[in-house]
Amino acid sequence: MHPILTLVAQRLALGVLLLFAASILIFAGTSILPGDVAQQILGQAATPEALENMRRELGLNEPPLTRYLSWLGGILQGDLGTALTNGLDIAESLGARLSNTLFLAFWAAVISVPLAIFLGLLAVRYKDRWPDKLISGVTLTTISIPEFMIGYVLVYWVSIQFGWFSSVAIINDSMTIWQKLNAIAIPVMVLTLVVLAHMMRMTRAAILNVMQSAYIETAELKGMPMLKIIRKHAFPNAIAPIVNVVMINLAYLVVGVVVVEVVFAYPGMGQYLVDHVAKRDIPVVQACGLIFAAVYIGLNLVADIVSILANPRLRHPK
Amino acid sequence: MNDELKYLSKRVTRGLMTRRDFVGRAAALGVTAAVANTMLASAAKAEGPVKGGTLRIGSSGGESTNTQDPAAAASEVPVTNLRMWGEPLVNTAPDGGLDFRAAESVEASADAKTWTFKIRQGVEFHNGKTLTAEDVLATIQRHANEDSQSGALGLLTDIESMRADGDNFIVELGIGNADLPYLLGDYHLMIQPGGGVDDPAAAIGIGAYMLEVDEPGVRHGFKKNPNYWDDTRGHADEVEVLVLNDSTARTAALQSGQVHLINRIDPKVAGLLDRAPNLSVKSVSGRGHYVFIMHIDTPPFDNNELRLALKYAINRQDMVDKILRGYGSIGNDMPINKSYPLFDDTIPQREHDLAKAAEHYEKSGHDGSPIILRTADGAFPGAVDAAALFQQSAQAAGIPLEIKREPNDGYWSEVWNVQPFCASYWGGRPVQDQMYSTAYLSTADWNDTRFKVPEFDEMLLAARGELDEAKRKEIYSKMGRMLRDEGGLILPMFNDFVDGVSNTVGGWSEDPNDQMMNNLASVKCWVTA
Repeated sequence: MHPILTLVAQRLALGVLLLFAASILIFAGTSILPGDVAQQILGQAATPEALENMRRELGLNEPPLTRYLSWLGGILQGDLGTALTNGLDIAESLGARLSNTLFLAFWAAVISVPLAIFLGLLAVRYKDRWPDKLISGVTLTTISIPEFMIGYVLVYWVSIQFGWFSSVAIINDSMTIWQKLNAIAIPVMVLTLVVLAHMMRMTRAAILNVMQSAYIETAELKGMPMLKIIRKHAFPNAIAPIVNVVMINLAYLVVGVVVVEVVFAYPGMGQYLVDHVAKRDIPVVQACGLIFAAVYIGLNLVADIVSILANPRLRHPK
Repeated sequence: MNDELKYLSKRVTRGLMTRRDFVGRAAALGVTAAVANTMLASAAKAEGPVKGGTLRIGSSGGESTNTQDPAAAASEVPVTNLRMWGEPLVNTAPDGGLDFRAAESVEASADAKTWTFKIRQGVEFHNGKTLTAEDVLATIQRHANEDSQSGALGLLTDIESMRADGDNFIVELGIGNADLPYLLGDYHLMIQPGGGVDDPAAAIGIGAYMLEVDEPGVRHGFKKNPNYWDDTRGHADEVEVLVLNDSTARTAALQSGQVHLINRIDPKVAGLLDRAPNLSVKSVSGRGHYVFIMHIDTPPFDNNELRLALKYAINRQDMVDKILRGYGSIGNDMPINKSYPLFDDTIPQREHDLAKAAEHYEKSGHDGSPIILRTADGAFPGAVDAAALFQQSAQAAGIPLEIKREPNDGYWSEVWNVQPFCASYWGGRPVQDQMYSTAYLSTADWNDTRFKVPEFDEMLLAARGELDEAKRKEIYSKMGRMLRDEGGLILPMFNDFVDGVSNTVGGWSEDPNDQMMNNLASVKCWVTA
């Protein structure tokens, strides 16, 4: 077998193993939350009989290992269970929330990733001159301001003062794609501003690192234009670190945007998770935790594989 | 008519400006008083209900864990939803009277033990079934069941038996209760076909709107019920409730015109927001209050002199000004204010008096050890700041008050009703009896001041069965005075409901029962543009 396939297969197997480990952590973590689930659901109205009934109904009297295995078994068959609080099917409600989260993350990524890389290249081209300083200054400022603050400022100007876009990002299935894009315009701007600096700075640093190499100097001495050197010789060799940081930011766009969701009342997964943690709705928390873990592991897997593929020594072994 | 005058006359009709002010401003613009008054009349006429359109409400208090089961409703969004698709037997009217809904009238026996509700005829549920006394019976039975998880269970414990008799729904009580209709008007007790036993969360009721879209924690969409019985309610064709838990998101949505009504405006921004030209901030005094509670059975709070010292040491007006930014009124160490029916306004107001505080503190003989007041951000909005204000004014009277800040998480299980002195809040109840029974009766679970006085309990029960209003008022007055002078309750302020209303909304009126016109804004208001 081609060694690269072996490597990729190894990575995939490792990913599955990690996900399995994460599922154990999630299950253990939710089990040690203070207060038994039945107690949390019944609250003040809890009578011993009601508690007992509820525990039996939820299978809480079983040993933890049995409960873990039956939970895992359900998930492997695609059954995430039902929410304890409102009795809705988790897979169904979670599916809608997840697709919303991915929708927002997708558009934020479509804008921010190319923009960040382009700005990074530009910063290298004009290193230590005013465009470089301007780009770094602006992006570092926006990453330093808390995201809810950027959100409020944009809402005030873009939505209230100019009335261009909606300040409430609630989307639903009956909206056309244009209405949806209009609704998420401001959140996408906020997320772009938040993730831009990290990716831009990494692009700049990685390429500058390569630019110190002797072969770049050679290219320069041969009279090759600067942008062409960056594009043809520096960038391909800087792909691995850039892809890594891009993937970390994509993962953030999926799992870390709860504050933005709250500010814009966006029906994504973050808010959904927080609501259910507050009510100790454990099956939902576990399902969300597992999906978040899968997203992180999956994106990091992609980053690893791309880095491997971008390395000619691994691609063309002797 | 000149734009400014048009704008001003609209402000008058919405109650933002008095008639006298309007005539004065009109005169300044060169219009005579007679003309100004005519203008006002035509503006008022133009304000009649407008049918149609979509009314959008941005509300806090919605979670993705919400359901449409009336038994489980607790926060603002579920209650708003219930008010739209359902109706209980009666609503509490803004003036404290009864507004009959599923019931057409009610009669009580002389001892207030037997109550007969006549059920309204010709009313249909959303599924086409006709409303009967059996449905009412089944509904109340479902909530009164010992095993039910209903939030209204506690209200129904005195019911001995219930039955449906033709068009009548008859309730027999163990002890007479003159307030029974108010208790049965609780928002949990929405009448459902067959009591909603088969499918409690089906959202089938007799209300003005039918549930179309149900996305808990995101939005709820409603369509006008074409067979609704009362044409003074339900003006818009569609109503949409958007869950906006972030307070800045709510105010932004109102300012940018995406919603017409919002609840819970932060007092810190209410004044600024009111300056925006396209909306107005409505502050309605209600029954909710912020409190500092002492366990009167625990030293040092078992000493009434010390309690009085603390009551005199608190600066009520300062708290209303600084914590509520003026959106509230001062309290009098009793949980009742003028928003309650049968309130006695002759009870003297307790003033901030450092000399008296020092005198009572002296008399109490307290050993000078720190008196610990526990508080948390979640106790009520501004609770930590309020405690600091209290500490300062107490220190000025020589009382060694010390603040202990507790985490929000677990405050209601570990601190409130457990520790002897802490900050807390109450949402108020429709009638005095219910407020006192919930928190000041010896046997009440939530007696968070440990106020266990047999004399007070007797008065409460006597007032409960008393149908003569003058006598009842007198008993309540005595109870209020007793609690004020001997209780463990320090009640510095009643907080207002602060809602935001767009200028394109008509029909807004004050209702002290709850926020957003007792959560009925959705069925009572209309959209003008």
